[in-house]
Parts: sequence; C-alpha cells; structure tokens
Amino acid sequence: MDFGFTTAAYVVAAILFILSLGGLSGQESAKRAVWYGIVGMALAVFATLIGPGTGLWPLTLVLVILGGAIGYQLATKVQMTQMPELVAAMHSLVGLAAVFVGFNAHFEIGAVEAAKAAGDDTYAMGTFAALIAKKTLVEINILRVELFLGIFIGAVTFTGSVIAYGKLAGKVDSAAKKLPGGHLLNAGAAALSLLCLFWYFGSGGFLPLAIMTLAALFIGYHLITGIGGADMPVVVSMLNSYSGWAAAAIGFSLGNDLLIVVGALVGSSGAILSYIMCKAMNRSFISVILGGFGGPAGEQMAVEGEQVAIDADGVAQALNEADSVVIVPGYGMAVAQAQTAVAELTRKMRAAGKEVRFAIHPVAGRLPGHMNVLLAEAKVPYDIVLEMDEINDDFPDTDVVIVIGSNDIVNPAAQDDPNSPIAGMPVLEVWKAKQVFVSKRGQGTGYSGIENPLFFKDNTRMFYGDAKASVDSLLPKIG
Amino acid sequence: MKIGAPKEVYEDESRVAITPESAGHLQKLGYDVAVEAGAGAKSGFTDEAYRAAGVEIVAGAAQLYKVADVVAKVRPPSEDEVKRLEHGQLLISFFYPASNEALMELARDKGASVIAMDMVPRISRAQKMDALSSMANIAGYRAVIEAGNNFGRFFTGQVTAAGKVPPAKVLVVGAGVAGLAAIGTSTSLGAITYAFDVRPEVAEQIESMGAEFVFLEFDDSELPDGAETGGYAPPSSPEFQAKQLAKFREIAPDIDIVITTALIPNRPAPLLWTKDMVEMMKPGSVIVDLAAERGGNCELTVKDERIVSDNGVVVIGYTDFASRMATQSSTLYGNNIRHMMADLTPEKDGQVNHDMEDDVIRGATITHEGVVTFPPPPPKVAAIAVQKKEKPKELTPEEIRANEVAAFKAQTKQQVGLIAVGAALLLAVGLVAPASFMQHFIVFVLSVFVGFQVIWNVSHSLHTPLMAVTNAISSIIILGAVIQIGSSSVIVIILAALSVFMCGINIFGGFLVTRRMLAMFQKS
Repeated sequence: MDFGFTTAAYVVAAILFILSLGGLSGQESAKRAVWYGIVGMALAVFATLIGPGTGLWPLTLVLVILGGAIGYQLATKVQMTQMPELVAAMHSLVGLAAVFVGFNAHFEIGAVEAAKAAGDDTYAMGTFAALIAKKTLVEINILRVELFLGIFIGAVTFTGSVIAYGKLAGKVDSAAKKLPGGHLLNAGAAALSLLCLFWYFGSGGFLPLAIMTLAALFIGYHLITGIGGADMPVVVSMLNSYSGWAAAAIGFSLGNDLLIVVGALVGSSGAILSYIMCKAMNRSFISVILGGFGGPAGEQMAVEGEQVAIDADGVAQALNEADSVVIVPGYGMAVAQAQTAVAELTRKMRAAGKEVRFAIHPVAGRLPGHMNVLLAEAKVPYDIVLEMDEINDDFPDTDVVIVIGSNDIVNPAAQDDPNSPIAGMPVLEVWKAKQVFVSKRGQGTGYSGIENPLFFKDNTRMFYGDAKASVDSLLPKIG
Repeated sequence: MKIGAPKEVYEDESRVAITPESAGHLQKLGYDVAVEAGAGAKSGFTDEAYRAAGVEIVAGAAQLYKVADVVAKVRPPSEDEVKRLEHGQLLISFFYPASNEALMELARDKGASVIAMDMVPRISRAQKMDALSSMANIAGYRAVIEAGNNFGRFFTGQVTAAGKVPPAKVLVVGAGVAGLAAIGTSTSLGAITYAFDVRPEVAEQIESMGAEFVFLEFDDSELPDGAETGGYAPPSSPEFQAKQLAKFREIAPDIDIVITTALIPNRPAPLLWTKDMVEMMKPGSVIVDLAAERGGNCELTVKDERIVSDNGVVVIGYTDFASRMATQSSTLYGNNIRHMMADLTPEKDGQVNHDMEDDVIRGATITHEGVVTFPPPPPKVAAIAVQKKEKPKELTPEEIRANEVAAFKAQTKQQVGLIAVGAALLLAVGLVAPASFMQHFIVFVLSVFVGFQVIWNVSHSLHTPLMAVTNAISSIIILGAVIQIGSSSVIVIILAALSVFMCGINIFGGFLVTRRMLAMFQKS
C-alpha cells in the first residue's frame, strides 16, 4: 500500500516546520511563524489519519481532542514565571510517548514474526505490521537498534524532565545531590544498557528491553538530580534536544521521514541552545552535565570593604537625577514576581525622559530567554531589552544600574580573580557604571556560593528586601 | 563614657572636633558629649547650639580633660595638652607621629591611647573617617577661592558691551584629593584648567572633572605606579623630573593661576615651580602653594605668608586653608570623628572597644596601653588595585590583515576537515547499511544540517518561545502512535492511545503557549 498523498503532505509539513523555526529570528516574523508550525502539525496529523493511520481513527480523534483540551487549559492558565516548569513537564510527555511507541514497535515485530512463522496474512494486522512484514532480516535488526535507541533516549528524557520539573516547581530540592557512587552509577547503568542492546540484538525478547528502560529511567533521574538550580537553563535545553533525538530515533524505526526531519530539527535546536548557555557560563557541556562547580583552583581573592545599605528614598533620588538607567534582572525578579512593578518603574522613568534599558545575561533565569518573556509579559517593549554583548560597552556611560535578583552574572570576580570558580565566565560589567543599586533579599551568596565583590564596591549600594516590595516602594517617589 | 572636645589652642585655628550635629550621632552611640565653652565660636557653632543638642558645656580646658574619657581634637596637641592626659584616656586628633615623636612618647608615658586621624589607612572601608581627604578637599576648594581673591580678573571669559575678557588659565599640579577639588572649583568658575600629575592613571579622573591633562612624552616603564604606595605619588626619577620641569617652563608664560598640591609621603615637598618659572609669568598672576607646610612646591613660597615676587606674581603659602572655612571643615571633621567612634563602638553601648585586630583602628593608633604602636604594620589589603600595566598592543593594518587571513584559513581548514570527516563517516555507514536505511539516514543528516543553520539565527530573546515551539513539534511522534493504534494487539492499542493522548496535550499546549508568549512581545 502506498500513500503518495501522505508523503506529499509530509514534505509540505516539514517545510512549514523549518519555516516556523526560522521565523523566530525576529519578534514580528515569529508571530507569523507559529502559525506555520500549527498548520504543519495539523497537516501532518490529518494526512496520517487518512493514510496509514486510518485504523481506529475515531479513538485517535477523541484522544487528540481530550489531550488538546487539557493542553489548552495548561497553556492559558500558566504564569509566565512558571514557563520553565511547563516546558520541562512537556518534555517528559514527549519522552514517555517515545518509550511507548518504541515498545509498540517491538511488540509489532514480535507479532509479525509470529504471524509469518504461522503463515498468516500479516496485512490484516494493521498498516504498521504490513510495513514490518516487508522488511528483510538485516532491516529488522537495524530496526531493533533504532527502537532500542529511541526507547533509551525517551526514558532518559522522561525521568530527567520529571526531576527538572520538580526542581523548577520547587517540589524537589533544587540543590545538586548525588547518590553514593556518583557518576559511576550512571556509567554502570549506561554499560548495562549497552549489554542489553547486544542481548536484545541476539534474542529479540522483551526482557533486555525492559531492563534497559529501567536503567535509562535511572540515568535520567540521577543525572538531573546531580545538577543544581542555576544550571537549569542548560538542563532544560538539553532535555529539549533529547526529546528531539528520541523522536528522530523512533522515526527511523517507523520508517517515517517526517519524524526524522522534525526530530533532527528539535534535536539540533536544543543542542545549540545548550551550547549557547554553556558558553555564557564559560563551562564545558560535560562539566555542567556532570554537575556542580569544580573546586576553586587556589586561594580566592579576599573581598575587602563593606556592604553599604540604602533605603528607597536614596535609590529614588539617584534615579530621579539619572539620565540613563540600566536594569539587570535575574531569577530573583521572577521569584518575587516583580516584573510588573519593574515595568511600571520603567514606564515612569521613560515618561520622565530618561533612557531606560534592560541588560539580559544569556543564563539569567531558569530557561533560555526566561527574562525576555517575563519582561514582555509585563509589557516592556522588546527593543529596550538588550543582550549582554549589545550593552556591555555602554556601562561606563550609564548613570545608574539596578540589579534585581541576580548575582553571579554581575560578579566582577569572573574577570578579576583567576582563582574564582566562575573565572572567565562572561559577565555584565555593571560596576563600570557611576552607581549600582543591588536589590537583594539579604546578605547571602548566590547559587554558586561565591562571594560577589560587586556588593563591596564603593559605587554599589545594597537595597535589601523583597524585589517586588522594594520596587513598589520606589514607584511613588519617581517622577 | 564621655567624649569631649576642647577649644583649639593653636593660634588662628578655627575648627572644632565636635559639632552639634555630630554630637547627636555620638549620643546615639551611647556617649555623653561635652565641649569646652567657646570651642565652636570661631566655626559658627555657639554654646547655645551645643546645649540645644544636649551637649554639656564645660568651662576651661583643664576641666574638660578631667571629665572626658575620650578627647577629640583637630590640631596635634601641644605639650601642655598632652600633659593633661590621664592613664586610660583616649585622644583622637591629627598627630603627624613621624615628626612629633617626643609628644608621642610623652603620651605613652602618660598611659593614654592616641588615635592619629592622619594615620587612618587609605582603604575603602576607612574612607568615611579619612580626615586628610576631607580636609584636602576643602583646601583644594579654598585654594581656588584664595587665588581668585588675589587675581585681578574674571575666571570665566566673557564678551561684554565694554569689551572681551579672556578666560583665566589655571594649572593644577598634583591631582590628589585637593588637586581634584581645585580642578572642580576652577572649571566650575569657568577657567580653562590644566592639570598635571606624575601618575598617568589619574588622567581619566582629571578629564572627568573637566580639566585638560598635561601629557609628558615618556616611556611607560619609567613611570611611577601609585598603587604601590597606597595611592600617593612616589618620588620620580631625575630624568622624569627634568622633563616635567621643561614642560612647566614651556607653559608657564601662559598660565595665570598655579595651584600646587604635590606631596610625597614622609618627604619634603618636591620643588616643581622654580624661580625662573615665576619670573616667566605675567604680573598679577597668582601661585597658591598647598604644600607650604612641607617647604612648598614653589621656590618662592614662604610658609603662612602671602608674598609678591619682583615681577608682581602673588605667591600664597598659607597652611590653614581648611581652618579658613571652619564651619565646613568642622562639619566634615566632626563626621570623620563620629565615624571613627562608631567603629570604636561596635555595640553602640557608649563603651570604647579598642580592637587592635581591626585594620583601621590598628593603623591609626599610635600609642596604646603604654606602648608606642607606630609605625603600624602594612594594612592587609592594598589601597587600590594594582594597575594593570599591559595595554593591548595596537595592531598595524598589516597585522590585522594577516590575522584575518590566518583566521580565514583556520576556519576553512576546520570546515573542510569537518566535511571530510562527516563524508567519510557517511560513506562508512553506507558500506554496511542497507539502502532503505540510507534513504532515511540522508534525510536525517540533512535535517540536522538545516536545523543548525536555522537555529543559529534565532534571536536570543526568543529562546523561550523556541523551546515551547520545538516542544510542540517534537510531539510529531504522535504520527507513530496514530499509525500503531490500528494494531490487532490490545496492549499496543493501549500504549498507542496513551501516546496519542499525551502528544495531544503537548501539541495544543505547546503551540498555544508559544502564541501567548509571542503576542506579548511589543515594540515601544
């Protein structure tokens, strides 16, 4: 049975998906691009339903509609600050689906082989079975490797995403933890999976597949448990990448080119995001995945001086006198839900004729681009929200910098102290501005536990308190 | 405990160590405050004002020394004053211990502790009690005012109905605290201001104050580095000095007002403005020498006097600039004192805790518990970060070109290498894998390639929408489940149905949330 129409629809869908990702290069074209993606997906599902997926199509429709209703609820209710959790949760679904589809492929192979041996007609068993029945022995073996890989990656993605979700939602302790044995356990589980592959290759039974799945589930769990909160941007984009590769692997085993194309697109997208995040932290991908900061290479520079606190009146006065203001938001702003207050502050200062801009470090927040989305939600125009490279040279000409809930990304030790654990990490050079205000909950170190010399500088004043309350207290005093 | 300020005994000294305002802060630290009657009169603080601030007025210095546990003064104490100190009493004052050894030993014999305000180490934490800086700031301001008082013309240039007035040209030598204050005052009065300092790193500060830095052509390696001497300029080499004087000679005829502030720690002031330079200047020009106390930067300077040279140049050698602005300087000095007391009273209980482990207190203390503790050990932290000497070398156009070519070659090499390796791997796979696999594999490789090309262009600010949308489309795995759901096996149907359900959530959720996010991005 050939599905010429379906294949043609797949080609169109693939092109639409590529356009949809490419359209994200600009804010305006992105609004169009998301429609390409929706149309592509609708086309692909429709073409499959009328083609190779006709079996039980009413059930499929009902389930899609049910799932869609839940998805709609989720998407409309979610707070923008909860985006990282949502994305992680959705990755887990893709991972689990990949595992199930992989299992199914395995069962079908078994069924087809049994049917062939009994001399039955495989055609009646469904379109997928018909596809398998045509394959030679070598092809079946390759198929097995593919579905094995698909299940493995899918299982790692599933538990990894569940843990990441738990950490981001605060349901699991976000500190980096490891079971005794550390990475040896992971290595052992990976080796076990490899053994299972050969076993499965030889026997074709379900047992090695099941053992491997358990091992992969464990790897996903243990790998992500060992990674701390601030490395979450890397983790989430890595899981994004995995969910793509899982789809691609399943695509191979099903012989479906669209799955392969989309899986590869998503996989490479996640890989690039992870790469960008790692570069922004000046750490290798491996070191992030293996978790935790390495021990300091030597004596760290002692921080000298004292943190000088300031009250809202002082900050407001400085802001009123300033001509140019740069705001550096971090995860603390998201935690305190301060983005609307910050946006209101921005609006007031802009109304007073001041130049207000935002400086976003690539790893600010818990998701790539997290801060941008929060600020956009609070209606901060995106053309005053700048990337690190765009704004770093402007700090010496800036009157006031307000740091809201960020720490390591504005730490001068990254440049000054070769022994600092974050030495060499690109940072926002806020200390070059005339005055810096740091809004912070209290005197503690950041996620990495590194003392921040910025807080001790002569031109830095500490504005203690909850970020939202602090910014709110500024509002009536501005203008 | 009680803290008291006597009337200054030094002739013409108008300042006082405690003002009614600083008294309030001291009371908050738990101290009782007393001043000698009339102590603040010359700086504009009446006894009534002190009383109103809750300060006890004590008649006569002798009585004050008797009642006070801590004595705060401005000028270094006279011998009589030191003799009045008792065992366990604390004196806080300028002292200049290096040149007042006899007095210091006398204080030690008396058993009193002495904190010398001029010995406060120059670290950022101690800036609030750095009385030398606060006084230098006033001196710099006053020097310009004093010069203006003796200068027969406007500072600023004007075009009036009666004719054009050229602006005055002011040269400030030494850009320390006093120098920078002088530059600021002079530029704000409208004069064309030049400034010179042996430390090239202060050029930026000078320019930020609105003055022009007088550059010397000199090899970097021979320049002194201020960071090694706690921010003060170290002595310079003879060659450097010769060049410096030559430069001054070159500009001297043009300059109307010279303000010299050059001091080297523990040495006589360097001679920078020689007699012949004075002779080159126009009659009516003014030289204010802030280094007069240490012998002066100008050859003609007479300490504490205003003289006029043979060619009509006024040379002012006063040493009491800060005292000439007693209200302002008392206020700042009073604040320096109260900050020092705050550090000495960490518990805010009105009891002095003389913590010799504290860098600042240790550095400023010169006698304590019957022992001379001067000179102090070097502070644990350097005053300012050591300047980075290495400047990135300016590249010539040829070098830039060569670098570009090299980078291009390296990039080409890398790319060709990657392609070659990739092609070899593909071929290797193709040798063993069956054709049906290769078809899919080629699609896969091409898609990865397209993905990399496309994703690099995605704007950083849209990374979250990107993740949401890739999430939605990775649910394309639904196709697999849809194909499988028509199976004859029940377990396959159940698993496939679950997959379809989950993917449904993902597709709708992912696309909708992406749309929601993108709709929020607005241009201003």
